[in-house]
Amino acid sequence: MSTNNNEEPKKVGASSQPKDSSTTVTDSATKQRQSPQPSSPSSTSSASTESKQSPAKPSQPPAATSSSAPGAGSRGNAAAPPAKTQPEPPAFEKGLIDQIKNKFGETVKVLFIKPLRIKIQVDPQDIVGVANFVRDNLGFDHAESVAGTDYPKDNQIEVIYHLGSYTRQDLAGHILWLTTRTDRDDARLPTLINVFKSVEYHERECYEMLGVYFEGHPRNERFLLPEDWADIPPLRKDFKIKGR
Amino acid sequence: MTSIEEKFEESKRLGLQIVKESEEERLMTLSVGPQHPGSGHFRFVIKVDGDYIVFCDPDPGYVHRGEEKMCEYRNVIQNIPHLERPVIHDSANINYSYSLAIEELIGIEVPRRGQFIRAIASELNRQVYTLYWLAIYGIFLGHSTMFMWPTGDRELLIDLLEALTGARVTHAFNIPGGVRNDIPEGFKDRCLGQIKYLQKRFKEYEDIFYNNPLFRQRTEGVAVLSKEDAIKLGVTGSVLRASNVPFDVRKAEPYDIYNEIDFKVQYMKTGDCFARAYVPLLDMQESCYILEQLLDKIPASGEVRAKLQPNPKGPPGEAYRRVESGRGALGYYIVSDGTPKPYRVKISVGSFRNILALPHLLVGQRLADMPAVYWALNYWPVEADR
Repeated sequence: MSTNNNEEPKKVGASSQPKDSSTTVTDSATKQRQSPQPSSPSSTSSASTESKQSPAKPSQPPAATSSSAPGAGSRGNAAAPPAKTQPEPPAFEKGLIDQIKNKFGETVKVLFIKPLRIKIQVDPQDIVGVANFVRDNLGFDHAESVAGTDYPKDNQIEVIYHLGSYTRQDLAGHILWLTTRTDRDDARLPTLINVFKSVEYHERECYEMLGVYFEGHPRNERFLLPEDWADIPPLRKDFKIKGR
Repeated sequence: MTSIEEKFEESKRLGLQIVKESEEERLMTLSVGPQHPGSGHFRFVIKVDGDYIVFCDPDPGYVHRGEEKMCEYRNVIQNIPHLERPVIHDSANINYSYSLAIEELIGIEVPRRGQFIRAIASELNRQVYTLYWLAIYGIFLGHSTMFMWPTGDRELLIDLLEALTGARVTHAFNIPGGVRNDIPEGFKDRCLGQIKYLQKRFKEYEDIFYNNPLFRQRTEGVAVLSKEDAIKLGVTGSVLRASNVPFDVRKAEPYDIYNEIDFKVQYMKTGDCFARAYVPLLDMQESCYILEQLLDKIPASGEVRAKLQPNPKGPPGEAYRRVESGRGALGYYIVSDGTPKPYRVKISVGSFRNILALPHLLVGQRLADMPAVYWALNYWPVEADR
């Protein structure tokens, strides 16, 4: 049973639904209107049914080691890892970070910087604003991938947008990692589809593979998995491959 | 009833499908694929009004095998053979970025000679893939000579790669730390001979295929992807470069020894099917030029791989590395938690990024143009599904 299974429309090729999505995407005037949507608490029982079906064992290897993973701490101690992993940020990367910092202040946490790579973490309610800023002011214009990582020990799922730029030559080699974390039992994040059209299929994949419901995404539905898939999202750590 | 032209203009402007409820019954729904009527292992649902496509909904996943999940159960070396299965014709490149990411996480320096051999293998492999793709593109446009010629020429490169790696398609050759073995004796002369032959053949390809008036009519001006849309949709590889964006990972973020190699990023400005079909040929010509330089500059002797621990592992960390494959940027995002097995592997492949352009391009086209539009996307279903 997949999470949030009861909320999604299963219509493929419905006439009304894609129309709404594509008009909001193509109409550039509406892009700025999208305000960050606060993650609403779910009234469904999907979270409890999921944990019943496959309880996360504290002794499993991924859970035991995930706290030492980079940036794996919860939001409270997320500032700890960068202190040791950042010797001296390169000047260009530092300039980019300063621009974001000046705009958003403490809501943006810089997790690490190395040449051509910057990882910043924001809270779910700020992500649309930050994404709009890095697109309009810094020139990151597309997403290369959207990866979700499950951290059962923190009871969180991290979603990373790898943003790149085609328009700015000096940013061509850079990847900005825009990350946010959501609660594992009620995984909901605002979609970035109105900021970056290129995240459409990536977010859909993330929804079915990790059960992160992207609020505002027109199609939170099955994509790569079989049509009769009836199990928890497979990239969660409590989904085990049989026989291994 | 509104005129048919108006309807497509509207559909095209909105990017995705748009059909009014009352008109549903006029439309015919076709399921293309997933078993081969022109799509490989990929299914997409289209609706046609007459023979105009008014709706397209890609439905990948027919060959989804859970590569990313499998990675979490194997250590970094055990992952090599199965990770190249998504795209066996381009296996050197798909392992290349994996190796780069693992090297960054573990902290390995690749010997200089190893870097050169790695680049040689991946350039040859890119050509093997592109020739295979070109053969398929030819046969789906009804040009059977163009199916046979690249398939035959590809065989020569495969023989070359067999001499280099020991396997015809799935080489498992580019590994973390370098390459599996050194180049055999006489490889350089043989390779240069093949390059010379291929360069001659590329001219013949142009004569018989790219300058063929039938081919030109079927592709020129068909399904134009503008520069703005290409950037917005985040497409990559030849699709992107055909739309006037000169982006190549080898230039943007040179890996290994590519910053010492002199080459141009080939791109075209029109953004139609012809440009998307022609850019791979230009890439192959450029690749021949790169191979000549690589064979010229390679150090005469030295190590080809760095020694690894038996069960290699590094400190906890994250890496995102990408290379330019036959289908565009191919990135690996790997999270390591300090154990020999990766904590999370995300493969960002060009094919998966390019299908977002498929509904955008197909809506408004005629059904007969569907193969020309679809295959020009340089799409490899198995890679997209992973």
